[in-house]
Amino acid sequence: MKFVDFVCFEAIIPELQAKDRDGVIAELVSALEKAGRLKKPSREKIIKSMIERENEASTGIGKGIALPHVKYPGIEDVVAVIGQSSTGIDFSALDKQPVYSVILLISPVDNPDKHLQAMESVFKRLQQERFRKFLRQSRSAEEIEELLKEVDENPAL
Amino acid sequence: MQAGQDSLEKVVCETTVEIKNKNGLHMRPAMQLVDLANQFDCDITVNNSENVVDGKSIMQIVMLAASCGTKLKIKAEGTDAKKAISAMQELVENKHFIDPDSAD
Repeated sequence: MKFVDFVCFEAIIPELQAKDRDGVIAELVSALEKAGRLKKPSREKIIKSMIERENEASTGIGKGIALPHVKYPGIEDVVAVIGQSSTGIDFSALDKQPVYSVILLISPVDNPDKHLQAMESVFKRLQQERFRKFLRQSRSAEEIEELLKEVDENPAL
Repeated sequence: MQAGQDSLEKVVCETTVEIKNKNGLHMRPAMQLVDLANQFDCDITVNNSENVVDGKSIMQIVMLAASCGTKLKIKAEGTDAKKAISAMQELVENKHFIDPDSAD
């Protein structure tokens, strides 16, 4: 899967206002709602279940990355948004380090394989130190969009 | 590498497991698998016939995107390889991970 297939570029937040985990999740879900990717009543429910999921096991996988995600019945297709924090956020990450790039993903309930494919695409890139570095250095939504489109076009990069 | 280990035979163990929980190897089961792999000293690789990845790296395991029905080859090399393989097989095929999302 390509990033363009599931990342909502209009909702990207190059510098998150929130300074804590729950605030970041709320900020990113609200951005998706504002971009028209969620129906309004879903917002609170999605935020709540995403925080619950995070409390069960952190999605802070280390190296400054967290991937909060949830399956939600009202969603037709996988949608993701990216938010960055230059100060770093405590996500109770596996390596106990702060998180600088947050990739938040909402998936439909009835399509587990599609969820896996989106995760695969994300992880494939996140494994690359260069990609993580470029992502973290991006200072605007446009730069992030360009980066994602560039790697979409060049699978070998 | 410690001196005096040369006489020890290198144990290599391998098995093929099938992912049986309906949501596949998503993040939480992947973390369980990686946590388990990290309890052993041996090197562990997981192979889905396209990619061979490090069984101790969460990013690499999730990258396999193994859906329900996928067969994975797990290979362990090191003194506790046999134990590692049987523990991992148990987690995947008998326990089906302890995946609350997969409860039907």
